[in-house]
Amino acid sequence: MAPLLDVCQLTVELPTPSGWVRPVNDVSFQLAPGETLGLVGESGCGKTMLSLALMGLLPPGARRAGEAWLAARNAGGAGRLNVVALGDRELVALRGREIGMVFQEPMTALNPVLRIGVQVEEAIRAHLPHSGRGGSAPGPGEIGRRALQALERAAVPEPQLRARQFPHQLSGGLRQRAMIAMALAADPQILIADEPTTALDVTVQKQILELLARLRRELGLGLLFITHDLGVVAQVADRLAVMYAGRIVEEGPVVEVLRRPRHPYTEGLLRASPQLRRRKLEPIAGVVPRLDALPPGCAFEPRCPYRRAECAAAVPELRLAAPEHRARCILVEPVVEEVTR
Amino acid sequence: MSEATLLEARNLRKSFLTAAGVFAGASRGAPRQAAVDGVNLDLAPGETLAIVGESGSGKTTLARLLLRLIEPDAGEIRFGGRDLLAARGAELRRLRREMQMVFQDPFASLNPRLCVEAMVGEPLEIHEPALSRATRRERVGAILETVGLGADAMPRYPHEFSGGQRQRIGIARALVLRPRLVVADEPVSALDVSVGAQILELLQNLQREFSLTYLLISHSLPVVAQLATRIAVMRAGKFVEVGVAEHVLAQPAHPYTRALLAAVPEVPA
Ligand SMILES: Nc1ncnc2c1ncn2[C@@H]1O[C@H](COP(=O)(O)OP(=O)(O)OP(=O)(O)O)[C@@H](O)[C@H]1O
Ligand SMILES: Nc1ncnc2c1ncn2[C@@H]1O[C@H](COP(=O)(O)OP(=O)(O)OP(=O)(O)O)[C@@H](O)[C@H]1O
Ligand code: SF4
Ligand SMILES: [Mg+2]
Ligand SMILES: [Mg+2]
Repeated sequence: MAPLLDVCQLTVELPTPSGWVRPVNDVSFQLAPGETLGLVGESGCGKTMLSLALMGLLPPGARRAGEAWLAARNAGGAGRLNVVALGDRELVALRGREIGMVFQEPMTALNPVLRIGVQVEEAIRAHLPHSGRGGSAPGPGEIGRRALQALERAAVPEPQLRARQFPHQLSGGLRQRAMIAMALAADPQILIADEPTTALDVTVQKQILELLARLRRELGLGLLFITHDLGVVAQVADRLAVMYAGRIVEEGPVVEVLRRPRHPYTEGLLRASPQLRRRKLEPIAGVVPRLDALPPGCAFEPRCPYRRAECAAAVPELRLAAPEHRARCILVEPVVEEVTR
Repeated sequence: MSEATLLEARNLRKSFLTAAGVFAGASRGAPRQAAVDGVNLDLAPGETLAIVGESGSGKTTLARLLLRLIEPDAGEIRFGGRDLLAARGAELRRLRREMQMVFQDPFASLNPRLCVEAMVGEPLEIHEPALSRATRRERVGAILETVGLGADAMPRYPHEFSGGQRQRIGIARALVLRPRLVVADEPVSALDVSVGAQILELLQNLQREFSLTYLLISHSLPVVAQLATRIAVMRAGKFVEVGVAEHVLAQPAHPYTRALLAAVPEVPA
């Protein structure tokens, strides 16, 4: 199936007192309809910056390069548009309508003084085709009905009651459901969820993950799911991308990557993650490098237990380690890529 | 109480006014909610008792009660055989220095205007005012070394450190008085997995080195599984299950424990 999103060598640069840094560096991936791509990596590796770049929400002064092709429904002749090349006006039209987004802390994304229902209605109204011609714009009653439907779709119990309440009157889990309702109000094809369950209890997290899985199935959503929790990503994702210092260092089918990691950083994350089974945790040595002081070659080299002299020479390419499984490490014995692709 | 118990709590209770109660003017009959609702607990020297439970179940309130940072509505607490709730003045200070706390958010819990030396030395200044400046410096330097920071951290300020390093500063501050009991409230939940693993390893090593007793508070069963010798599962102010860690994890008796365990997303083995 043609991908919904085709990201090609996306780079984001930010100005800092010590020069330009690249929180997102040469990132490429594809997202198909109904597919979930999990994106993991430790704090500061660029997960949020990547999603903000796709939404056109980068901090002021940021520079972008590369391409991010979106199979937009209203893209005109070409059928695709490059998000990276769009201006602010076009990006506003795109947000919500083509790509929805859910954040870690719904309290900061919701307006505390507006009722939930009003906020969902606003999300719907913002993406209606401009009324006037044809006179087919839905009235307030219709929009109210659609807002309730949106809440119902996100499995908010008693949507009529909840629509009249304010954000602080909802539990964390319900607030996240309301956020999901708003993100999906204009029927986007892609949902970016940035740590949507990190602030929630495990039992509530489970419910939200189940909800997202169902919505993705029913609506054919492409889901980009950002987390730092390898257990969570194993539950939700089909494919997994591991980021380190702005780059994707490993990518492949989620179970394959977690069972047979090919990049030493992924292996390190797995060894350091606490599981219900008690075992000796093995922290990764050292610390994440600063973006303004990256090592010259492989960014993981200073911490890598397998490093060799040549690792510091140049940034390793992503190599095919197994079908659909790539890792950015010189230790990977590249398998010959099939010619038919 | 047996000789072997370091900390013992009986029927501890603490309730707070609910939001409705606060608005109602907060006198008699105003609605209150039990945050800790009849907790019994025994802590043997050298063990790690973990308290797990979901947000709002009362874990932090219980910890604050046990350290007598807040007063219970009812119940008894004995620490090292002494009645903690009856202790006053010098005796209370003496008991308090033997019980220290490590907090979740190392940034919020450290005074940004104090350099590391002053921050880690502060408990010494309070509890051992007779120490000479030089001796205090030595003690601070030694404990910083022990937590893996090194004495060159002394003149620096909290904002110059990463989250994991700040957590080490918090641990150094808790350990500089050589307490017997350390209460760690979500010590790794604000940290990355790798840094969290470093801190968990450090806590384990320190326990061995200083014969510490831990009360570990966490909402994360996988974290608890790494350190705990016993686990207490808390829900709505009560312990619903207490037992040897391996048993609670492998054969949970209470349906709520089972639900919590079932909700933990696991990495495929
Ligand atoms: N305005 C800015 N100027 C310069 N650098 C920035 C700015 N905002 C963020 N960064 C840097 O960009 C990098 C990527 O940050 P990002 O928020 O994308 O990380 P993340 O992977 O989402 O981390 P977390 O797991 O903590 O959310 C970080 O190193 C951060 O310090
Ligand atoms: N000072 C206070 N005033 C009023 N209510 C309080 C106060 N401290 C705690 N509570 C309430 O007591 C209950 C237990 O809170 P507590 O902070 O002990 O939970 P917790 O288990 O530590 O949760 P978390 O995992 O979110 O830290 C909650 O309902 C909380 O709102
Ligand atoms: S390229 Fe070298 S340093 Fe980098 S991960 Fe591979 S072995 Fe380690
Ligand atoms: Mg982020
Ligand atoms: Mg707490």
